[in-house]
Amino acid sequence: MEKLREIWNETWHFYKRTLILVATGSKLYYAWCFSLLAIIIAGLLFYIKQHDAGLIATNMNDQVSWGLYIANFTYLVGAAAAAVLLVVPSYVYQFKPIKEIVVLGELFAASSVMMAVLFVMVDLGRLDRFWHMLPLIGSMNFPESLLAWDVLALNGYLFLNLLIPIYLLVKFYYRKKPNWKFILPFILLSVPWAVGIHTVTAFLYNGLPARPFWNASILAPRFLASAFCSGPAIIIIIFQIIRKVSDIKLEDQALFKIAELIAYAMFLNLFLLGSELYKEYYSHSVHIAPVEYLFQGLHGHNLLVPWIWAAMTMNVIAFIIFLIPQTRKRLTTLNLGCIFVIIGVWIEKGPGFVIPGFVPDPLGEIHEYLPNLLELMVSFGIWALGLLVFTLLMKVAIPIETGKFTHTGYEKEITASRSH
Amino acid sequence: MKKKTKAIALGIFFWGFCFTSFANASSEEFPVAPPPMTEGMFPCSNCHATMEVNRKKRVLKEEHVDMKLHHAETMRWCLDCHDVKNRDKLRLYNGEVINFTESYRLCGECHGPQYRDWRAGIHGKRTGYFMGSGKRTYYLCAHCHDPHEPKFKPIKPEPPPVLPMDKKHER
Amino acid sequence: MKDKRYTRREFIRNASLTALAGLSLPLLSSCAKEEAEDFLQKHFHEMTGEEKKQVIAKLEQRYLQKYGRKFQISTTEAVPDTLWGYGLELSRCIGCRRCVYACVKENNHSRHDPQLQWIRVLRLKRGNLINLENSDHYYNPDLVPEKGFVYLPVQCQQCQNPPCVKVCPVHATWQEPDGIVVVDYNWCIGCRYCIAACPYKGRVFNWAEPNIPKEEINPSVHYLGNRPRMKCAVEKCTFCIQRVRQGRYPACVEACPTGTRKFGNLLDPNSEIRYIIDRKRVFRLKEDLNTEPKFYYFFEA
Repeated sequence: MEKLREIWNETWHFYKRTLILVATGSKLYYAWCFSLLAIIIAGLLFYIKQHDAGLIATNMNDQVSWGLYIANFTYLVGAAAAAVLLVVPSYVYQFKPIKEIVVLGELFAASSVMMAVLFVMVDLGRLDRFWHMLPLIGSMNFPESLLAWDVLALNGYLFLNLLIPIYLLVKFYYRKKPNWKFILPFILLSVPWAVGIHTVTAFLYNGLPARPFWNASILAPRFLASAFCSGPAIIIIIFQIIRKVSDIKLEDQALFKIAELIAYAMFLNLFLLGSELYKEYYSHSVHIAPVEYLFQGLHGHNLLVPWIWAAMTMNVIAFIIFLIPQTRKRLTTLNLGCIFVIIGVWIEKGPGFVIPGFVPDPLGEIHEYLPNLLELMVSFGIWALGLLVFTLLMKVAIPIETGKFTHTGYEKEITASRSH
Repeated sequence: MKKKTKAIALGIFFWGFCFTSFANASSEEFPVAPPPMTEGMFPCSNCHATMEVNRKKRVLKEEHVDMKLHHAETMRWCLDCHDVKNRDKLRLYNGEVINFTESYRLCGECHGPQYRDWRAGIHGKRTGYFMGSGKRTYYLCAHCHDPHEPKFKPIKPEPPPVLPMDKKHER
Repeated sequence: MKDKRYTRREFIRNASLTALAGLSLPLLSSCAKEEAEDFLQKHFHEMTGEEKKQVIAKLEQRYLQKYGRKFQISTTEAVPDTLWGYGLELSRCIGCRRCVYACVKENNHSRHDPQLQWIRVLRLKRGNLINLENSDHYYNPDLVPEKGFVYLPVQCQQCQNPPCVKVCPVHATWQEPDGIVVVDYNWCIGCRYCIAACPYKGRVFNWAEPNIPKEEINPSVHYLGNRPRMKCAVEKCTFCIQRVRQGRYPACVEACPTGTRKFGNLLDPNSEIRYIIDRKRVFRLKEDLNTEPKFYYFFEA
């Protein structure tokens, strides 16, 4: 009991201190945070409009009943899974250049999962009835419904990715040694859990025989492969930014190793895509319709065609960039490759995956879908919120990791100010 | 003598009963709605009781001109279905005369499969109660099919569903 | 130094609190009064008889205010030993859509913004029945039937292995003992997973608050069937649950001018639907998906 009270007091004091960290920064920091805040508020206002009028305010309809929100959700779950999958094994296998950034990677995963959950929440028609989804209090349809599995998996993952970094950061702050016996099982658990969240997300599409575009066994491997491309690419970009604005030492070696892994993952992604395309085009059953819609256009409807071909081009170029050591080891081409991967996989896994599942619909109708302003603004709002949360988390985590923000430092300040 | 007359009377009564019940058995009871007669037309004997009968197959020029016969007209004409002597009745192939409320028996002579389905309740429009004690109505063939020109005329369809907001929807 | 930190911290704290309060106000007020009233309502299966009565009373009051009519809301349970089956004679459908609009009227659909219809009539070219991609839903000729086409009405098939029931995350939809798949409109969270899962496009979504003209409202409703719904809940054909549990034909069966539609109890060997299955060439849509639908199509000619 005494121990718990001590832990609670320590954590609360730590939290209050972090508010100072968050509130102080350079002009660039303020500009960044306030512009993100502006986008968030705009998104919130649009969401209120959607909440009032109902989902009719979006461009979704009975035929295409999932749109931009679920597309973003799918992508972000992948990014979250990949963050941990990349970072934690590097830590476990003691690959030194990456070891220092485990905490940062996990905080990135937490922000990603938070964004994914928010995207599902704005997509729900009746958010006021969300409590129906809770186990025991509501009536969660576990284990039959994959959405129920997803709710449990994502929230568990969020919990893990908040518990581990916060625990480690609090310990570092107090210059205490973390109790590895306590925290290591959680760290090890987060690896299969990361695979789990993305597999469950893949399965929730996979288990629908009504949608032959999604009813392919190759879906879960494809999801993991593409997640392994986009997540690390985002991490490479983020860590370069962190390197620039703080004292964290990140060797180029680490970035190049990650890029190498992306090359392998992209190869797998392209191979699995190729297998899908072969199966559809060679068998040429009626179920080729969604693939035709995506890559060629169907009966004159071809909104997504330029997008998917742009994505394919970007993916292939990125693959080549990451494969060839000369381009991989040069920061300019490396960053170009990363941007290509991030955008290309977003198109392929977001709209390029969710929309063709609905075209044509089970009764053969073709309805094209483009998000409207409201959906775009709400989506931007959520992305901005995720970036803001990640920024604030980094603002706290980095000084602690570099040893600049410690309890001993605080105590020294207090004694110094008292002696004045 | 008295015993013999009694026996004969009983015999006649018995056989008469059998015959009439036999006749009744062939006209099953279906809870049909009243036949859809044109107003003022029934009973037909109002005019036809006193009219001369002309058995020659022809196109009618003086009366019933609004009616076009387009129902096996090369093989049959009015008096093959309408009884010659009593226009208030219809005539079956074997000469039996039936009411308009039993017209399904006449239609069923040629249209056997439909007649069988109709008796089971699966041909034609169904309304009301299918279960329990509620009222169930059968429709006569003539309620949906004009016996003189049975082919359904095309009708105007109800409007299609509203298109979801869609830029282009060509087919 | 300390003062500066304090004021900045205080400023940020106060600003964020006011912002949160200010923003949450419109969010709270945009919640309709109904949403607040229904917030804690239990799942239909978990309600006791007394609670169901209270909910019915609340709804009757609400509908009286909204539509000015006294509603009869029943919660009749399934008739024992019944499993409803539907028959549709494709050779007779002329594509007139009278069934669609009879259903709209009987079941209190939203007429516009959004327009909801539970029955969808497909027009197919003769010679093709399975590849529904070549169907036309929006045909609008002057007269039907058109030569060279077949008309295929589709609605919820009340599958015996319903994929929609499997995927609903909150048990808002389930299959009743008499085979009808129903939705508790007050429990649905509007995630639309069931719409993605249905192979027959049987389920539709109330994208906004329904618009039902007061003069066309049907006040004899069933809680799980045709009572007026609310925004962002899923709905579907219920085989006119308010009618069939009383032994009456569904509205679409009564509306069809050519007698295409048939209905009955699959468990009763003397029913009309059993007669059809025993004697006609029946098939069901997308049978390879193993959903075991109860909608039997058949042809005569």
